[in-house]
Amino acid sequence: MAYGPKLLDHYNNPRNVGSLDKSDPTVGTAVVGAPECGDVMKLQLKIKGNIVEDAKFKTFGCGSAIASSSLATEWIKGKRIDEALQIKNTDIVRELSLPPVKVHCSVLAEDAIKAAIEDYQKKQQALAKQSNAQGDEEPK
Amino acid sequence: MKLPIYMDNHSTTPVDPSVLEAMLPYFTNKFGNAASRSHPFGWEAEEAVEKSRVQIGKLIGSGHKEIIFTSGATESTNIALKGTAEMTCEKGNHIITQVTEHKATLDSAKYLEKHGCQVTYLPVDQNGMVDPLDVEKAITPKTILITIMHANNEVGTIQPIGEIGKIAKKHGVLFHVDAAQTLGRLAISVDQMGIDILSVSGHKIYGPKGIGALYVRRTNPRVRLSPIVHGGGHERGIRSGTLNVPAIVGFGQACELASSLMDEESRRITELRDRLMKGIMGALPDVFLNGHPSLRLCGNLNLSFAYVEGEALMMGLNDIAVSSGSACTSASLEPSYVLRSMGKPEELAHTSIRFGLGRFNTEEEVQFVITRVVETVTKLREMSPLYEMAKQGIDLKSVQWDVPH
Repeated sequence: MAYGPKLLDHYNNPRNVGSLDKSDPTVGTAVVGAPECGDVMKLQLKIKGNIVEDAKFKTFGCGSAIASSSLATEWIKGKRIDEALQIKNTDIVRELSLPPVKVHCSVLAEDAIKAAIEDYQKKQQALAKQSNAQGDEEPK
Repeated sequence: MKLPIYMDNHSTTPVDPSVLEAMLPYFTNKFGNAASRSHPFGWEAEEAVEKSRVQIGKLIGSGHKEIIFTSGATESTNIALKGTAEMTCEKGNHIITQVTEHKATLDSAKYLEKHGCQVTYLPVDQNGMVDPLDVEKAITPKTILITIMHANNEVGTIQPIGEIGKIAKKHGVLFHVDAAQTLGRLAISVDQMGIDILSVSGHKIYGPKGIGALYVRRTNPRVRLSPIVHGGGHERGIRSGTLNVPAIVGFGQACELASSLMDEESRRITELRDRLMKGIMGALPDVFLNGHPSLRLCGNLNLSFAYVEGEALMMGLNDIAVSSGSACTSASLEPSYVLRSMGKPEELAHTSIRFGLGRFNTEEEVQFVITRVVETVTKLREMSPLYEMAKQGIDLKSVQWDVPH
């Protein structure tokens, strides 16, 4: 299969490969896919004040899956949460000129963004609940 | 050293220069139709075709009259299965084969199932090997054909053809062997191995594409096959159509060459293959050999690289031509059925690469491939979440994976 130049660039020089501290309350982590399907994408976002400050990924998958996750991290950095959630798999397909059989790689990247933000929001809600609970205990 | 390096010789091989040279006159000056009995143009072509039958026959230990020309091993296999089923439908309708056969066999078998045949697909062990005892147990009074490949095209496992041949003889069942991968690489003797029908191909042994042959036993027993292409009665009525004389001449020359080179060549290629295997496995942990450790085709090396997807690896090896059992390389998005039939977990199929060494590979190329593979696998593992998890001591099998689709 012949690939487009943008896809090859992301495969050969992937952006933002790495890991963030999973236990950090400002980091949302997503692991989507499964080894037996041939794709596993791990995406981590560090979010501060509603802004995605940093993004890191690691991907087990074909070149299109690696490029899709690399592109997603590049796009998402510096965005507000609501903007990040606007990224659609079709945008990734267009940008990387993914052939039809590789569309599922872009879907996985979109799923990863959503799941990472969800994980961050859950962590924040848990924190808020915890501090509320602590607040209730305080004598008036 | 010239790039890219070709290491996909199970898929096809380049035409040997001496083969091309032998073919060229038959495109121009010696263009006659081998079926023209009335003039020298035809006689010349016929003579060349007969010489090729002798050359092919010599390589498999058969008479020249037992060689039928076809367009390739796929067509030969189609004729073997469908031709036997139609010719012997009064005796029975049961065919025995096995799960890692080439699609030419499996799809022909499926076609015959739709037309009233019963097919037994024998399992293979973890090395891809069929148990001859299973073959014997599967035989019924209705069995008309046993069809087993000589060596597998993906993992290179060599089947116990001689033993299966004896069983077939004992029970009076015809025995077809798909030898597309082994002609000119392994010794074949149709008599010693008890083979009644044999499919071979030109382009796997440095001959041209579009030419193959079917060996059809003439005595003890005399095998009769119904044709699937009708018109003109060429090739003993089994395969009509004007003969592709230049390709037939090339195929014959390729066999002649293979006869003289085989012993030395398979020794040399085995050495290169072992050097490649040791070089890669010595430098990288968690690399697994697929197929039989010793009973395998000389040029075949099929490896699974844990934590690295096969297609991504091939993309990194962009100056090396190899192939992968990964789903991403197939139109169906299914990982290799051969590896799955051997009981390999799907993730190992997704991470497999097949190296196919051949006549024109050199030591220098092998060294280059080792370096590139080690470099690329290391880089891809650094960006693999599975590798990271494994390094943290997480058992990947215990993880609850999120499968979105």
